[in-house]
Amino acid sequence: MRVMVIVKATQDSENMGKPKAADLAEMGRFNDELRKAGVLLTADGLKPSSTGKRVAFDGAKRTVTDGPFAESRELVAGFWIWEVKDMAEAVEWVKRCLNPMPGPSEIEIRPIWEMSDFA
Amino acid sequence: MADTDIHRSVETVFRIEQARLIAGLTRMVRDVGLAEELAQDALVTALAEWPSSGVPDNPGAWLMAAARRRAIDRLRRAKMQERKHAEIGRDLDEGRDAVDQIDAALDDDIGDDLLNLIFIACHPVLSPDARVTLTLRLIAGLSIAEIARAFLTTEPTVAQRITRAKKTLQESGAAYEAPRGEERARRLTSVLEVIYLIFNEGYAATAGDDLIRADLCTEAQRLGRILTGIAPHEPEAFGLLALIEIQASRLKARVGPDGAAITLPEQNRALWDQLLIGRGLEALARAETLGGADGAYALQAAIAACHGRARTAADTDWRRIASLYDRLQEVIPSAVVDLNRAVAHSMAFGHEAGLALLAPLEQQEILRDYLPLPAAKGDFLYRAGRYAEARAAFEAAAALSRNAAERNFLLKRAAACGPARPVTLE
Amino acid sequence: MRVMVMVKATKDSEQGVMPTTELLEAMGKYNEELVKAGIMLSGDGLKPSSQGKRIAFDGPKRSVIDGPFAETRELVAGYWIWEVKDMAEAVEWAKRCPNPMPGPSELEIRPFYEMADFGEAATPEIVDRFERLREQSKNR
Repeated sequence: MRVMVIVKATQDSENMGKPKAADLAEMGRFNDELRKAGVLLTADGLKPSSTGKRVAFDGAKRTVTDGPFAESRELVAGFWIWEVKDMAEAVEWVKRCLNPMPGPSEIEIRPIWEMSDFA
Repeated sequence: MADTDIHRSVETVFRIEQARLIAGLTRMVRDVGLAEELAQDALVTALAEWPSSGVPDNPGAWLMAAARRRAIDRLRRAKMQERKHAEIGRDLDEGRDAVDQIDAALDDDIGDDLLNLIFIACHPVLSPDARVTLTLRLIAGLSIAEIARAFLTTEPTVAQRITRAKKTLQESGAAYEAPRGEERARRLTSVLEVIYLIFNEGYAATAGDDLIRADLCTEAQRLGRILTGIAPHEPEAFGLLALIEIQASRLKARVGPDGAAITLPEQNRALWDQLLIGRGLEALARAETLGGADGAYALQAAIAACHGRARTAADTDWRRIASLYDRLQEVIPSAVVDLNRAVAHSMAFGHEAGLALLAPLEQQEILRDYLPLPAAKGDFLYRAGRYAEARAAFEAAAALSRNAAERNFLLKRAAACGPARPVTLE
Repeated sequence: MRVMVMVKATKDSEQGVMPTTELLEAMGKYNEELVKAGIMLSGDGLKPSSQGKRIAFDGPKRSVIDGPFAETRELVAGYWIWEVKDMAEAVEWAKRCPNPMPGPSELEIRPFYEMADFGEAATPEIVDRFERLREQSKNR
């Protein structure tokens, strides 16, 4: 199954704090492990929400709002797409990840709809 | 954590670590079967200890240490046994050496161990079936039940195949050292073949009415990704990965709601998995950078990439595809490549060009019952407006089909060839 | 530049309400347009958060929390990754999207970090990774 693994934003990630070389390198090693296990499909980091936009849909209306967006703990700061056997495998891999933020943080795992779900 | 949670956690960790565990142990004990047993022993120990001690910080290393202790115990016992029978005096020291060797082996790179295990599972002394089964069991970590389901066979059959394969490996004295030079190239070819075989078993199920057994495709992709991860300088590994990623990108689009096959030009490209296409193009670029543009898999991947890049069927660069087939025909001359080359030329230069390349193929014995030949012929003739002949060709193709969905599709194409007037396909 | 376009969850998506045939068709057409425009790099729908998990990191501690998660409007229900010229192009494409939900809903567009953004923190491996991504975008 395919899952999206979402790194939730924190105050730090929202404050444009650039990652340190040491952290980047450690994350690189983790990504390497994922790659060698055949799990990693793609990974990316998102810039702070201050560089983002929202488009609201209501009937035929479309309203564009500029970032930043307030609820930092619920924003996405980065993500991976993984191919795993089941949620349990995804959880085990996430546990091995270094804390992606300087302070307490959260990673969310969400299964992706697949062809077989609609069969 | 509740015990059931810990159980699940242990089993999941084990599944993640299993291949690397067996790989490391195989190097130590030089026996795949024994390595697998030792790994299982470690799992049993973990299941017994972790509920009270908690899941260790580095569960992989813990499992390896547990398995290693078992391995050393066994070795010591074996040595004792030997000594009972042996003549006076030898070898307390030998026992020590063996233990030291194991310690040394553990310090080496785990990636190499895994690559070696893949080489062993795909060893040419084994039959293709045995290679596929052993690879799925040891590297992909599939259970015997899962393998049996995927290949529409029984569990005892699979279990027996695995036992026999291990025995063959042991008896043939297959070397556990990493192959080098030409031998390495030969062994790598076998590995790539096995992965592609697994992929194709899923992509075009050869038996049964289910056209796609996608889980086998997923396993093959995972194996390909692992292989490129641990053998990052092998261009053809990237060529193969590129090929299967791009082919898999079309899984959702190639079968209609009624289970009938949809040909490439008629597929809804919005259903193609762009993530996989992107990964395929990336792998292909890597293969080419490594100097492997003319590899058999890389060439096939380049052809698949032409389709993957085309935003609509009309955008397809058929001239490039035709020229890639010209090269492929030189690299792996085969009747099947000839046939695909004829199709590409018909698309690039017209149906007459296709029919001209097809004519000599019809004389070839090896293609006599090869369904794609009459199917392609039917298509060329249809495009030439020779409907009666096209109909006969499609019917001949349908008669060769072992798959209900495919047969229906061909009969539908035959029916669309009204004898007298042109009929458009719906 | 590459952006991620997130479909924010609603009560409906969280309850696993399946899209109507009309919406599926409209969305299919829209995706086709994205592919033809060459901007679509990937896209998927996420199952409701009830099937998801969160792992909280605090020092060396890792705690697993089962879904569903409360703050529906802030959850992600689906996403695309697009290659666009700039945010303005992304916004225009987002506006053309059929409303992905039965009721009012929101898309969020967020640019990706690119190589240049990392400055000195970029080690050769990281540069290599980005080079490959660029290669991949160039190829299509």
